Amino acid sequence: MEEGLPRIADSLMGTALDILPMVIVLFGFQALVLRERLPNLRRTVIGLVYVVLGLALFLIGLEQALFPIGRTMAEQLGSFAFVHGHTADGVSIIEWHDYMWLYFFAATIGFATTIAEPSLMAVAMKARDVSGGAVNPWGLRIAVATGVAIGVTLGCIRIVTGAPLSDSLMLGYGFLIVQTVLAPKAIIPLAFDTGGVTTSTVTVPLVAALGLGLASTIPGRSPLIDGFGLIAFASLFPMITVMGYAQFSAWRHRRSASEPNDVDAARKEEET
Amino acid sequence: MFAGFISFGRLILGTLRDLTPIILVITFFQIVVLEQPFPNLENVLVGLLLVMLGLALFIQGLEMGLFPLGESMAKAFARKGSLAWLLTFAFALGFGVTVAEPALIAIAGEAAAAAHEAGLIAGDDAALSDYAAGLRYTVAVSVGAALLLGVFRIVKGWPIKYFIIGGYLLVSVITSFAPPEIVGIAYDAGGVTTGTVTVPLVTALGVGLASSIKGRNPLIDGFGLIAFASLMPMIFVLIYGMLF
Repeated sequence: MEEGLPRIADSLMGTALDILPMVIVLFGFQALVLRERLPNLRRTVIGLVYVVLGLALFLIGLEQALFPIGRTMAEQLGSFAFVHGHTADGVSIIEWHDYMWLYFFAATIGFATTIAEPSLMAVAMKARDVSGGAVNPWGLRIAVATGVAIGVTLGCIRIVTGAPLSDSLMLGYGFLIVQTVLAPKAIIPLAFDTGGVTTSTVTVPLVAALGLGLASTIPGRSPLIDGFGLIAFASLFPMITVMGYAQFSAWRHRRSASEPNDVDAARKEEET
Repeated sequence: MFAGFISFGRLILGTLRDLTPIILVITFFQIVVLEQPFPNLENVLVGLLLVMLGLALFIQGLEMGLFPLGESMAKAFARKGSLAWLLTFAFALGFGVTVAEPALIAIAGEAAAAAHEAGLIAGDDAALSDYAAGLRYTVAVSVGAALLLGVFRIVKGWPIKYFIIGGYLLVSVITSFAPPEIVGIAYDAGGVTTGTVTVPLVTALGVGLASSIKGRNPLIDGFGLIAFASLMPMIFVLIYGMLF
């Protein structure tokens, strides 16, 4: 731990500098435009210090415990399957199903990193408070994480098969637009917020490593284009799964509401 | 004080639940699939403890500092009743948090190199740094514009549907015209603008605003600012790539 303290100080400094512009804007407007004293100023400042300190420790811990192994793993699994794909005689043809372990890794690591994503926790907490408990934070986080898992896996399959990035994304966006027209309107803003939230501190480093590792082992793939594409996939699918989850609950609700006792309750809920 | 310690201890233990999936995945692949031992296990364990402590502090800080700050500022702006100041604030916040974002500075540099390789700009230092700075300010302005538009939408109570559908249609259309080198960077620019501290603050701001304006529903009107902030940079960067 001798080198531990300077490292913590470094990371703390970095995080503090990151949020400095935000603090300047907030307190500048508070002092010059609103000209009101913040209620509970002391508590708020302590809270902000906790946020900076917490984020710094979180990042150091990830960098020390999980990121190095995760990155090596992502790189190895890309080449691992490659080695087992009969390269010895030089006539190896890459089949998309040669990479099963990699897809499994992509799905599980996409899910797991999203569950640990702090900004998603924040959005889920707010959604619970605002909806009076109707939005279950765990349900929301699991729906988002499932979306990331699907997105990263399909993104990896796309890199292996070489389907063009912009066509695949446009197909996805097309589906998203149709779904937006059909989904219950209360979920739409939340669903689209989760798309932005998933590409954050924990998910991006590991998913980017996966994309880069895969793109550099498969001939004809560009690490720049394909690595980026994976992240775009990871933020597209959560919107689809969150809206899908809401559509499914609404459908189940309608079905049970057709029983006489529940009709009034359902109607009441629709009005609010 | 003592009760505070107990609840914080519970918070730390609670983070274990958030981290279990990631620990399981890494352990499974390391031991079962790759069949390798863990390198410096004690380092990993110390790191995990730091992650748990950090996450618990972060969550505590959200409830104590960031959420109340965003909400009380939104309420103060609503009380003040000046739409012009509110929109100025929204723009300044979006621009301010983005322009200094390290991830954005890194991406702008990469983008300049990519644009040079594609033959779009000259390779001397001045041209590269001009392109990178232009891109950085484009993204910062786009996030400012996104928050401005998003806040205006909350005030007016317009449904988000049409903005989102219009936005993604626009992205799809421009993508087919933009130079391919910029496309990946444009999509990534949407992701880097929503940092871990910005997200909770902006969410609290939107929700606070929607709950202090009569006739707005915090769930339907309050969320959506992050969606704007990740969609708008894509559009702006794609257009920037076509112009320069």
